[in-house]
Amino acid sequence: MKYAKAEVLVGLFMLLGIIAATVLALKVAGLVLDTDTKNYRVYAKFENIGSLRVRAPVRIGGVLIGRVTAITLDKETLSPVVEIGIENRYSTISSESKASIQTAGIIGEQYISITPGFYDEEMGTTYLKDGDYIKDTGSALVLEELISKFVFNSEQDKKKEAEKEAETN
Amino acid sequence: MIDFVGSFGRYFLKKLSSLGRSTLMFFHTVFVFPSVKKTFPLLVMQIYFVGVQSIIIIIVSGLFIGMVLGLQGFNILKDFMATGSLGSLVSLSIIRELGPVVTALLFAGRAGSALTAEIGQLKASEQLNAMEMMAVDPLHRIVAPRFWAGMISLPILSILFCLVGIYGGKLVGVDWLGLDEGIYFSSMQSSVELGADLVPMLIKSVSFGFVCTWIALFNGYDCKPTSEGISRATTATVVQSSLGILGMDFVLTALMF
Repeated sequence: MKYAKAEVLVGLFMLLGIIAATVLALKVAGLVLDTDTKNYRVYAKFENIGSLRVRAPVRIGGVLIGRVTAITLDKETLSPVVEIGIENRYSTISSESKASIQTAGIIGEQYISITPGFYDEEMGTTYLKDGDYIKDTGSALVLEELISKFVFNSEQDKKKEAEKEAETN
Repeated sequence: MIDFVGSFGRYFLKKLSSLGRSTLMFFHTVFVFPSVKKTFPLLVMQIYFVGVQSIIIIIVSGLFIGMVLGLQGFNILKDFMATGSLGSLVSLSIIRELGPVVTALLFAGRAGSALTAEIGQLKASEQLNAMEMMAVDPLHRIVAPRFWAGMISLPILSILFCLVGIYGGKLVGVDWLGLDEGIYFSSMQSSVELGADLVPMLIKSVSFGFVCTWIALFNGYDCKPTSEGISRATTATVVQSSLGILGMDFVLTALMF
């Protein structure tokens, strides 16, 4: 069967559109076509989560192992509870691990960094399972608090120095 | 005084009735199920005229807009030591706003005005009447294929624009100014999401396609059958679709992002 030139070009046009959409989804949006990335959920209570958001990355030593799936507030203690989805292939994380909220760069996004703890069956530690809580957590560094602390401390230091000078004189 | 109010009322009624006619035209065009065998070749020809022939202008302008964004963004981000975010800056601004909007504006100028002029010419030379005499509905034969061609072509052109623009930004940022390619794409991938950015982009461009082609077709179909009428209709198409696109863009952005 013979096709007109216009028909071939239109076919090419449609193909080009489909290819461009796929490239956009894979390369630009970073979509992963891997269905085997099922997650298990663990929870972590923090004092202050700073500006952590849902879908923020969770890393061990800089390697992405999962994402924050939900952030809720504990009704009794009024402390934030972060639900973390970790990929199933990272199943050997000790229950003694520490989760802390860190910032990528000075103005970068906040993410959760997990520092692996020791694993020893005789000591009663286990691997993290679905529904577990990470007990050892470190809150976010809030820059404003840090600065106000620093300013406050340095003012106190100055006062002390002034007092010392007054005493010596 | 009465004259003034009367003329205002007449103007308003005229606009209202033309809105009514355009809605009627829309329903007659869209809610018909003509035989696929007859319409499909017409549709293919229209996609060729409306879509394929617009590729060059879309790709060239996409490339230059991406390159300009890369250059400007790099120079500004350099002040904050944050050139690593160039990828997300370029990709987000292109995918969320510039891609669909600029494509639709170019499309209104390139294809919309041509559609209006073509249909206006058919009307002025009484070919539409001739078709009706032969019991061929011009809405099915002339308007419907053009409408669907616009609706199909504009999203594809927008996607092409986005892709080319992002690679234009890469061309300047990575290949010329020396940013690392991995950083460019990884910052892009961490900020662009399929559901939150790409799907709204498609929704935007489909609705722009609808607005553009509908305005163009109605202006052509409703124009005065003289050469002056055609020229006025063509101008009205470009002005109305540009305003419509920009206004709708704001509403859609407010709704979706």
